[in-house]
Formats: sequence, C-alpha cells, structure tokens
Amino acid sequence: MAVKSLNSIRRNFSPWTDPAAKPYIQFENVTKQFGDFTAVNNLSLTIYEREFYALLGASGCGKSTLLRMLAGFDEPTSGRILLDGQDLRGVPPHKRPVNMMFQSYALFPHMTVEKNIAFGLKQEGMASADIAKRVAEMLKLVKLEQFAKRKPHQLSGGQRQRVALARSVAKRPKVLLLDEPLGALDKKLREETQFELMDLQQDLGLTFVVVTHDQEEAMTMADRIAILDKGEVMQVATPQEIYEAPGSRFVANFVGSMNLFEGEVTRRDETSADIQIGPDLLIRTVNPGNSERKAGVNYAVRPEKIRVSSKKPEETGVNSAQGEIFDIAYLGDVTNYNVKLDDGRIVKATVINSNRLAEDPLTWGDRAWISFKPDAGIVLTR
Amino acid sequence: MTQSFAPGADPATPPPAATSSGMHGFLRGLSGKLVIIVPYLWLLVFFLVPFLIVAKISLSETATAMPPYQPTFDGLTGFLSKLSSFSFDNYLWLTEDALYFKAYVSSVVIAAISTVLTLLVGYPMAYGMARAPTTIRPTLVMLVILPFWTSFLIRVYAWIGILKPEGLLNQFLLWTGVIDTPLVILNTHTAIFIGIVYSYLPFMVLPLYAALEKMDHSLVEAAQDLGCTPTGAFWKVTFPLSRPGVIAGCMLVFIPAVGEFVIPDLLGGSQTLMIGRTLWNEFFSNRDWPVASAVAVILLLLLVIPIMIFQQAQAKTQEQGR
Ligand SMILES: Nc1ncnc2c1ncn2[C@@H]1O[C@H](COP(=O)(O)OP(=O)(O)O)[C@@H](O)[C@H]1O
Ligand SMILES: [Mg+2]
Repeated sequence: MAVKSLNSIRRNFSPWTDPAAKPYIQFENVTKQFGDFTAVNNLSLTIYEREFYALLGASGCGKSTLLRMLAGFDEPTSGRILLDGQDLRGVPPHKRPVNMMFQSYALFPHMTVEKNIAFGLKQEGMASADIAKRVAEMLKLVKLEQFAKRKPHQLSGGQRQRVALARSVAKRPKVLLLDEPLGALDKKLREETQFELMDLQQDLGLTFVVVTHDQEEAMTMADRIAILDKGEVMQVATPQEIYEAPGSRFVANFVGSMNLFEGEVTRRDETSADIQIGPDLLIRTVNPGNSERKAGVNYAVRPEKIRVSSKKPEETGVNSAQGEIFDIAYLGDVTNYNVKLDDGRIVKATVINSNRLAEDPLTWGDRAWISFKPDAGIVLTR
Repeated sequence: MTQSFAPGADPATPPPAATSSGMHGFLRGLSGKLVIIVPYLWLLVFFLVPFLIVAKISLSETATAMPPYQPTFDGLTGFLSKLSSFSFDNYLWLTEDALYFKAYVSSVVIAAISTVLTLLVGYPMAYGMARAPTTIRPTLVMLVILPFWTSFLIRVYAWIGILKPEGLLNQFLLWTGVIDTPLVILNTHTAIFIGIVYSYLPFMVLPLYAALEKMDHSLVEAAQDLGCTPTGAFWKVTFPLSRPGVIAGCMLVFIPAVGEFVIPDLLGGSQTLMIGRTLWNEFFSNRDWPVASAVAVILLLLLVIPIMIFQQAQAKTQEQGR
C-alpha cells in the first residue's frame, strides 16, 4: 500500500502554513526588463523543498523568464533570487544545482537518446560504469529502453518529451524546472504524463517548478499554484483555494468559469452579509470576507453551485431569481445552461447529469428558477 | 479527361490515377524530367566535354604546329583511328621531373594552411553574425559579400601596396615604433596566406553562418544547464552542430586555393612553387599543351578526393534530416 501512504504524505504536505519552515527558493522583489519592456515586475515568491509548484498564466506573462532567471540564463534587473539561502546572482548556469526541461526540449540532435541522457552525468565526471547504470535506470523510468540508440529526430513528440525529462532528472538536481513540459503532447498523453510527473517528483523527492498555461494541468499536479499576470503575482494558493476562494476578480475569471454579480453590501456582520444585486436579487452569504467596502463589490459563484429548476424553490426572496433558458450546451457528463434573468443578467449554471434522463427537462425559452446556497460563493472586493 | 471516360469504363476496374495517365500527366512527367535534365546538360557541355578535350590533349605529343600538339582532334572517327598513337608519356614525364611533385605537395600544403587560417578567422565572424540581433544580420551578410563588387585582381594588387617594404603596413608600423626596419612580407608565403585568407573569407563565412544561424540557441543553454562551461558547451554542442558548415567552408576554400594562380603569382614572388603557376608556365611559356593538360588532369584527380568527402558529408547531414 505504498501508494496510499504517499497520498497521505501528500495530503499533509503544507510547509507554507508552518511559520518555522525554511523556504527553499525565494524570489525577492525581482524585476526583469528587456529594454524598456518589463517582463517581470517586482515579484516575490517562496517555494519550499519537495514542493510541486506551478506558475500559471497566459502566454507572454513572464513565466519562462522567471524560470530562466532561476536557471541562470537571465539575470534579474533588480531584486534577489535565493536558493537554500544562497544568493544566486552571478552564479553561472552550470554551477546551479538546478536543471531545466526546455519548452522546445532542446535535445542534442547529434547525439543518441543514451548520450543525451548521459550528457549531464559526464560533465559531473561520474565514472562511466555508474553513468551506464544511471542511464539504464532513467531509460527504464521513462520506458524508452528500446530507443536508447535512436537519434532525437527518429522519435515521436511524446518520446522526445520523455528523453528531455530523463535528461533533466538524470543528474538528480535539487530543483527541476519544467517549462510547459506537456505543451506539445495530445490531450490523452498529457493526462497520463501528468500523473507520471507527480509520481516521479514523489519518488525522487525533488522540488518541481512547472510552468504551464493550462489550468487543469496546474490544478492536477501542483501543491500550490501561482497565478501570474503581466509579470506580477495575482495569487499563490493551493488548487482548491484558487478555485473556491479566488482573491480577485482576475483570478476568479482566469481559473474555471465564474458568475460575478456586482452589487452593494446592505448588511454585514462577522458571519454573514447581504448584497443587493439590482432590484430583484438579494444575496445572503455566509462568506462575508473581511473588507469593509460596501459599494461595487462582486459576489462570485461557480456555475456548478447554481441549481436550475422549473419549480419554484422553497425559499424565495434570497439567493434565487427567475428567468428563462437562453442557451443549453449538452456535454455528456454535464449540461451548461445560460439563464437570462428578468433583469437581463446572464447566469451560467452547470448541471451534472447524474441520471441518464433528466427528471426535469428544460429547453430553450422555458421559464426557470436559479438558486444557490448561502455558502455557494464568496465576496470579492478586488 | 479521366472523368469523361469514367461512365463507359468497366465498373470493376478503378479509373487510372489522373497523374499517371493522359496528355496532362505525360506533360507533367516531361517537365519534371526537364528540370533534372538541364543541370546534367550544363555539366555535360561545360564540364565533361572540356575535361575530355583536356584529357585527350594530355595523351597527345607536343608538335610545332597550331594547335601545338599531335594528333589533333577531328571528330569521333578520327579520334578512334588515332587512339593507338596516344601515349602516357606526358604523365611519365610528370613523375620524372621532381618539380611537378614538389609543386603539387607545396600547393596542397599552402592551401591546407590557408584553409585552416581562413577557418580560424571566419568562424568567430560567422558566430558573431549568427548571434547578432536578427534585424542587423542581413546587413552583416551584405558586408561579407561587399568585396565581390570590386574586381578580384584589383583587390590582390591592392595588397601589394599594403604589404611591400615601403607599403602602408610597414609605414604604419614604423610610424608607431613597433619595428625599426621594414618587415619583408611581400614575396613570401605569409603574403600568400594573407591573400588567400582575405580573398576566400566569404566562402568560409557564409556556409558557417548558414549552419550557425539555424542552430537553436537553447541547445547551448541546455548544455550549460547540464554542467558545461560556456567553452565546453561550444565544443560539445555548437561546433559539432556546425560541422556541415565547417566542411563546406573548408572545401570551398581548399579546392580553389590548391589551383590558385593569381595570388601566388602577384604576392608570392618568383620562388613560390604552386601548381597553378607551373601549369601557367607549361601552357604559355613552354607552349607544351600536352604536359600542361596532364598537370591539369592530375590536379583534378587530386581534388576529387576532398570533393568526395564533401559530398559524403552533405549526404550525411541530409540523412540526419536537418
Ligand atoms: N530576450 C528577450 N528580449 C525581449 N523581450 C523578451 C525576451 N524574452 C522574453 N521577452 C518578452 O517578455 C515577455 C514574457 O516572456 P516569457 O517569459 O517567455 O512569457 P511566457 O509566460 O509565455 O513564458 C514576452 O512579452 C516576451 O516578448
Ligand atoms: Mg514560455
């Protein structure tokens, strides 16, 4: 039952909540400018040993630049990067205990798979018998034993990705940086490989910093996710926190799909708040947030937490509204409804198809009620 | 066309593929072949035929006539009937007089040294060009080609003005006080090396640049990431990957440099022994066309070896799919 025990370790892994835990990688007010373009703007991050850390953001937001600064290919314009307490400024790439898996894989085209994997070990001056052993081990790990003598151009995309991975972990670096490691793979292969990466990270006890623009990938693999936008950190949190308690409208919209109701707080105490959204919708929430702000706040609620029904809910007046079915998208496992409320607002609702035939079939133009529980959403003031 | 025949055709036999049938397909096949035929025709007319003429003259004997050799070339039948009077005497002569052997060896040595020097000068240039910002690369390539706009002969003459004892270089060095007697550079091998390196540099730089420019820089970063120093990464990744360019550049310099005549004649002085000059002397001073032709044929055979190496390297890179 090795898997189970690993899972329980995984569940308990949260050094960021422990004030005594020593951070392993620290970005302190790092800024990186290319000419007068700021790619990374006064950014601070803390990553712990053995953490699986994901940098998630749209293309061009500075993710690769962050990794490249950590690997030593770019130096920060200002700020510091610390690894295990040591300032990395001026340390050349070949002296950093960090290995990178490149977005383009960067396999050496003139070397066989075997030689590619052995490359880093040779630089270390490892004995050739040990190198052979380690290479064999790595080939087995990525299931490429029979491809050892091939050149990179004789491999498929997925196989190249594996060689790149094997090459970058062969040296057992303390930190492995992965720049969109699964970007070039098709969906099915990508999902399989996500779990393989997680197992690998567990088994070798490495710290992984992985860059991705695919939120599902980040949610699946990472212990914590940093959401980046235009070179700035928007939020750092566990996948669940990011999804259920986004800190800002940007994060709420970026990860998954979200209904945002803008309104005014009419009543607020420690445990609940009332928010008036237009004349017809009063929201009562048990997650009042801790901001004193009243006007222009947003109530954010995920589509799957909204019920759609042709029947009137038991309690009307709060957390419910009436409208008509505007759009239906049947996806098999779920059905997405767009409900147009009587005040013109469009609300997204996702219904899980737990029965093969819906007991309450709704179709275009039907009158319907939407409703949600008091803990369904959160109040966003940013 | 194929379409209109289809209804009448036996339904069991599929209609023939449009590309391999009918007038259209025939024309397309012909034009496809033409494209291949043209370069072969070119090689036949401008390379193989002249070579055969030279080869034939090399098998003739000197004569006081116009043209100065016997038997002369008069059609295929004449060629066949006089086949018996051909002799290999000219080739034997080349082995008897040590001058020819020395000239060949000296040419190959001078060309080889010049090639290495050109590589040493050209590689950093090509590397710098390939690493320059994309916007200025076309300008840099332009600058490399620019000297071709002036006559080769004039540029070599200009070097005489620079290298001669009272030339620009010596005047400058005397003026700065680095030397107090003029350096003797003109009419030495050094002058030949300078001349060849200067003249053939673009032929070295351009293929090197082409090879280096298409190389993915992240490969070098990957090598450094895996523990290579920048120098180590150069020798283990950059240089091996630029090898096709190195081979192409070296061949493009070495092959013409072996037979080079103008540079040794103008810069090398009278004591320089190179096969190009020997050839010239046989042809124009001695008017011994058969021996001159034999010298040329041997030179060509000598160069076939590096050309074959070159071709093999080319084939190998193509097979590597890069
Ligand atoms: N060497 C460079 N010179 C100029 N601009 C750069 C350079 N590298 C990256 N950038 C710019 O910085 C921004 C962030 O790039 P990058 O970190 O690669 O983004 P991504 O998040 O997609 O990996 C982009 O707008 C890119 O154009
Ligand atoms: Mg990137």
